[in-house]
Amino acid sequence: MTAYFLRRFVSLSLSLVAASLVIFLVMEMVPGDPATFMMGLNADPAAVAALRSQLGLDGPLPLRYLSWVAGLLHGDFGVSYTYRVPVSELISERVMISLPLTLYALVLSTLIAFPAGILAAARRNSATDFSVMGVSQLGVAIPNFWFAMILVLVFAINLRWFSAGGFPGWESGFFPAIKALTLPAIALALPQASILARVMRSSLIDTLDEDFMRTARAKGLSRSQALWRHALRNALIPVLTIIGLQFSFLLAGGIIIENVFYLPGLGRLVFQAITQRDLIVVRSVVILLVFAVIVVTFLVDLAYAAADPRLRRRRP
Amino acid sequence: MTKNPIAAAAVSILTLGLALGVTPAMAAKMDATIGMQLEPPNLDPTGGAAAAIDEVLYANLFEGLTRFGPDGEILPALAKSWTISDDGLVYTFSLREGAKFHDGTDFNADDVKFSLDRARAEDSTNAQKALFADIASVDVVDPATVKVTLSKQNGSFLFNLAWGDAVIVAPESADGNAAKPVGTGPFMFAQWVKGDRVELDRNPDYWGEAVKLDHVTFKFISDPTAAFAAMMTGDLDAFPAFPAPENLTQFEADPRFSVIIGSSEGETILAMNNKKPPLDNITVRKAIAHAIDRKAIIDGALFGYGTPIGTHFAPHNPAYVDLTAQSAYDPEQSKALLAEAGVKDLTLSLKLPPPSYARRGGEIIAAQLREVGINVDITNVEWAQWLSDVFKAKNFDLTIVSHTEPMDIGIYARDDYYFQYGDPAFKAIMADLDKATDPDKRTELMQAAQKKIADDYVNAYLFQLPRTGVANAKLKGLWPNSPTQANDMTGVFWEK
Repeated sequence: MTAYFLRRFVSLSLSLVAASLVIFLVMEMVPGDPATFMMGLNADPAAVAALRSQLGLDGPLPLRYLSWVAGLLHGDFGVSYTYRVPVSELISERVMISLPLTLYALVLSTLIAFPAGILAAARRNSATDFSVMGVSQLGVAIPNFWFAMILVLVFAINLRWFSAGGFPGWESGFFPAIKALTLPAIALALPQASILARVMRSSLIDTLDEDFMRTARAKGLSRSQALWRHALRNALIPVLTIIGLQFSFLLAGGIIIENVFYLPGLGRLVFQAITQRDLIVVRSVVILLVFAVIVVTFLVDLAYAAADPRLRRRRP
Repeated sequence: MTKNPIAAAAVSILTLGLALGVTPAMAAKMDATIGMQLEPPNLDPTGGAAAAIDEVLYANLFEGLTRFGPDGEILPALAKSWTISDDGLVYTFSLREGAKFHDGTDFNADDVKFSLDRARAEDSTNAQKALFADIASVDVVDPATVKVTLSKQNGSFLFNLAWGDAVIVAPESADGNAAKPVGTGPFMFAQWVKGDRVELDRNPDYWGEAVKLDHVTFKFISDPTAAFAAMMTGDLDAFPAFPAPENLTQFEADPRFSVIIGSSEGETILAMNNKKPPLDNITVRKAIAHAIDRKAIIDGALFGYGTPIGTHFAPHNPAYVDLTAQSAYDPEQSKALLAEAGVKDLTLSLKLPPPSYARRGGEIIAAQLREVGINVDITNVEWAQWLSDVFKAKNFDLTIVSHTEPMDIGIYARDDYYFQYGDPAFKAIMADLDKATDPDKRTELMQAAQKKIADDYVNAYLFQLPRTGVANAKLKGLWPNSPTQANDMTGVFWEK
């Protein structure tokens, strides 16, 4: 077990080093000088040069890479070119919105997908199955930004139940904050729920056809008893994989939804930083997301083991 | 029970009022939420070029010696009056007494000297450092008087001092202004939630007339659809530079809103690379200028809003000359000119930055140029890429961009500016303009400058970017025009 964790740790660190190098080099190759961008069309060239050296943009490449990585190891992400505040401060403010939003969307999507998927599988080829699959087909097909705009149109502009977007901040209280995240979370959750429900259904149907299910039925369990006690647990592996992938996708990919609802989240931070050539922010957020993905993959691995004891035993 | 003492007080007053049989009058709204598309990168107008900085802070939080009025006129601000020596070299400013910075420190002549010296210093990162280039020295005469000596005459000096980049800051707080701005204006900084909003509070100790709003929030919404939704739901009270002209008719039809159409300082041009063959040939440039139907571009890209221009000058400026006829739409003449220049099978690159006037306008221009036999390769670029590729590296034939700095015809005198004109005769006119202080003489020179660049067909001049704003119909006092990029909230109030 210790050897297993050690190996995981080494491979995890290597992926991070490789990722940091790739990210750094890619950012260096992006056209557009941050200082020129900040100073605008009429700027005095001397002022631009002064800013470049102030931002530490004129040192040799390897040195700048090393100082960035050394900073990261200390938890120092550097100072944003545009905002001139520590990047870690910017990121932590934004994570306070993006992370709850992601979790909210994930919970919603699971709450919708599990019952829908199970129902469809249990009543395979029935009218219920067809309608659940039909709706989920639609959910996969509808682009979430379009769905988000429909939500705004109906619930914010027409009904006035919600504000059209923005985030009041957690300091304004739990419910106002959650309320502000509700429409975005629904917009994010719907396509995810549709995918998840389809995976749940097909995975469950596969399991229902397995030999052990026949054995369980032969022992005298009813169809639904067999489903709940034996099939569900085994069907969870692919579903967990999808949930793991969805988490990282949602955390980084909420960018369009964050724009529609003008939420100051992580996605919008990266988007804005790219257009403003605030490369140090882009670098830091991307490396953080890589880290999050690696950690989530690891957690999903652990969850596999919990769902299927055979996987636990097989491990060295 | 509520923990907020103000809310508690309000509740008790209200209850008392009801108990006494007094109908409480509708409490007047004392705050306003203003939408903006771009967030300022920092809050120091003397340390960056982003227009969004001035849009939040100009006249609201920071003040200069002079300031722009709603129509671009130069008004006194922290300088209550001034005298100019006969040779035009020495400006003596009498300063406002009793003005204080928001941190409680006094405003005086030392702050003026500090601010101007800082802006023109060797290591200054002031984006408009050139505005202060002619200052030879700044001297404190007494706490309420400052003498600025110029190295040469500069007729635009009072105008230059009105820019956001020339606001007066204090030595005690200047370094912190990027995050926590401290100025002398009628509003003071409350908080900045990055990515979302900047909030200002009324300054109770303001030296001048008190503003009518207690609190102003600037909210940053970049997506045009989201901006529309935020106005419709009432989350915003105004969006002074509304990003989607296609939605304006809908607002016009709705009595809850007023649509404010004004002019901006943005001359939108089809810039041409004057050093790159065959665009180094004036006949080719003239042919391109005549191939363009401005009306079609204004209708197609701006839904009819926008004023055609024929030179690099704002039509609302008193010195403006209408030169649109000189490059009137005439495809036949355009073809003849191309033939005269001996140009055949011409293919030009057209690089378009993100704003919709450029992207939409570019498609229309490409079609119009194809009519006269010029092929156009369109490339869409983002701003940072535009700046490095087009603006800096000059790797382009044509591009569309709006020049939004006030009175920026001087860029044509720069040799290395991206469209690469730098004509000696034009430079001479600009040099004369710098020396001239007599208003009539200045007008004459400004008109000569407009004519010169139109005669040389340096660029194809398209239209003055309109300022299309939307506001709650009850919110009054917003600037219709933008003589500088500002959302001056000092005169804004709610109509009962």
